[in-house]
Amino acid sequence: MIEAVGLTKSYGDKTAVYQLSFQVRPGVVTGFLGPNGSGKSTTMRMTVGLDEPTAGTVTVNGLPYRRLPNAARQVGALLDAKAVHGGRSAREHLLCLAQLSGVPSSRVDEVIDVVGLGEVAHKRSKGFSLGMGQRLGIAGALLGDPPVLLFDEPVNGLDPEGILWIRNLMKQLASEGRTVLVSSHLMSEMALTADHLIVIGRGQLLADMSVKDFIAHNSQGYARVRVPEDRPDDPEKLRTALARAGGQLLPEEDGGFRVTGLALPQISDLAHEADVRLWELSPHHASLEEAYMQMTQGAVDYRATVDTRSSLQPLPQGMPGQGHAPQGHAPQGHGYPAGPGHPAPGAQGYPQQGYAPQPMPQQPGTGYGTPAPGGHPPQQQPWPGGAPGTQPYAAPTPGAPTSDSEAAR
Amino acid sequence: MAHLTRVLKSEWTKVTTVRSTLWTLVLAFFLTVSIGIAFSALLKNLSNEERGGPLDPTYVSFSGMSMGQLAMVAFGVLVVSGEYSTGMIRASLGAVPQRGVFMAAKLVACTALALLVGMVTSVATFFGSQLVLGEEKASITDDGVLRAVVCGGLYMTLMALFSMGVTWMLRSPLLAFSILMPFFFIVSGILGVVEATRKIAQFLPDQAGMTMLAVNDLTDFDRAYGPGGALLIMLAWVAAALIGGYVMLKRRDA
Repeated sequence: MIEAVGLTKSYGDKTAVYQLSFQVRPGVVTGFLGPNGSGKSTTMRMTVGLDEPTAGTVTVNGLPYRRLPNAARQVGALLDAKAVHGGRSAREHLLCLAQLSGVPSSRVDEVIDVVGLGEVAHKRSKGFSLGMGQRLGIAGALLGDPPVLLFDEPVNGLDPEGILWIRNLMKQLASEGRTVLVSSHLMSEMALTADHLIVIGRGQLLADMSVKDFIAHNSQGYARVRVPEDRPDDPEKLRTALARAGGQLLPEEDGGFRVTGLALPQISDLAHEADVRLWELSPHHASLEEAYMQMTQGAVDYRATVDTRSSLQPLPQGMPGQGHAPQGHAPQGHGYPAGPGHPAPGAQGYPQQGYAPQPMPQQPGTGYGTPAPGGHPPQQQPWPGGAPGTQPYAAPTPGAPTSDSEAAR
Repeated sequence: MAHLTRVLKSEWTKVTTVRSTLWTLVLAFFLTVSIGIAFSALLKNLSNEERGGPLDPTYVSFSGMSMGQLAMVAFGVLVVSGEYSTGMIRASLGAVPQRGVFMAAKLVACTALALLVGMVTSVATFFGSQLVLGEEKASITDDGVLRAVVCGGLYMTLMALFSMGVTWMLRSPLLAFSILMPFFFIVSGILGVVEATRKIAQFLPDQAGMTMLAVNDLTDFDRAYGPGGALLIMLAWVAAALIGGYVMLKRRDA
């Protein structure tokens, strides 16, 4: 059990973690999510006593890490896979750690086999690939057979086989009754691995709930509907019928429609009454990624902007920013892009855009709204006078077609 | 206590499993011994006038130590900065959150190794040089010679220990090297020669350390202290560096 109470960490006048309180319970895999720079690593470092909190406490099984008797046997952590002296072999590195915590050297060979580094155990770790380094780091965490485990981005650099292995390992460790805290950026991976989520943004707690609840709370499911193409009046008829019942019909890229605000059987009934045949009526379940994006949009520190390529090459006419550049559409309503011009079939739009600039839909209650132009600090703002969210690494190019976030303001 | 012995064992594994750090010790040995013997061979054939005074066969045999000490400094810098530059410090402190215990164990393990190499080097350069010096040679049983040889080994060890303390304050190998190396290689030497700064320079760690190696005739050195005082001055420097390093380690985030 890991417990944080009012955990705060400041570096000078920059606050990395602010008033963070949560519990990580044994028996389940807890996912630790947040955008880059949101304080995940800082929190984990404080948990294992590397950083001293500015205020508040974080305890493992009731004791601060530095006061735990033989801490290495109680907590295993993968914080930085490359935290290895390159001149030492994998086995020697693990042996150092094993001796530190009083683990017999036979255990070293055991964990080497567990993580699949048997063949390179005597090679100097300098030549290890990212994935091999990751495995070595995981071996180090497992060494003391600890009841509490922390993994910071464990799947970084692993191949698909390795990712699957990690996923099963986490689940197995949790099923043995251990406390497992895993941070990651890979939402699809988290959706498969984690049972519980702790989401932070800008160092503050955004959510602490089960994966299922998280998705339900932070995204809106909808129905996909398709009507026969040879009957041009049908969409209008359906729209009217649905609108009367309080639903909304929005066109999609591929000619289909999305219906929000109504349950599937109701849509079917209304269509039937309006004499509209449906070729498709399917539920759309929001993914963890969508829910996560929805929640953290206002809390992203580092955003990409459109690469204008400084006129290095003439942009072909009629292809405004294809490829990885986000489109200039402005999503309406609850943040789902609608209307023509949206490039992605399926209309999720998120995978293509990644961390690209988007207007930030107001999340009531989270306190992470769009930083208002004119410098009104968002509510609950721990940084006095600062203007967070102003894309510190995205220098606006004068005269460049500015991103849609500007356009939306 | 059981805990400390475990950490000690681990630190011993650490220091003995990285080839680059071991090379610095090998280098310290060869530099000191080869330069010591070479100087002895060179000075043996010169007259007293050419040498500028009678030959001190013991002190001549330690001529290589001014170079060998740099390798010892490098050893001290590497064993500590290796933790920081690689990030290993996070794994180490993760396993041993008691930073004082961690630091003590590292110091003991590394100092033991440095002391071993330092003593072997000092003894080897002394006897090697005496072989070359022929009839000018000193005997280990002569007055003060044994003490000088022991102090030679101590001196090299203390230099390594001093740089460990300094590196613990600076953490970066680049920073530590770029401060310690020029200082001991050039600055200290210049300060010791220039008349105006000489009085102060004699209290610098390496200048004091070299005084420890003198057998009996201290007039050459023009020091305000004897070999015993020299040892105390060196110990004070080492203690100051280590205390500084400990305070930094304790206070800063890893």
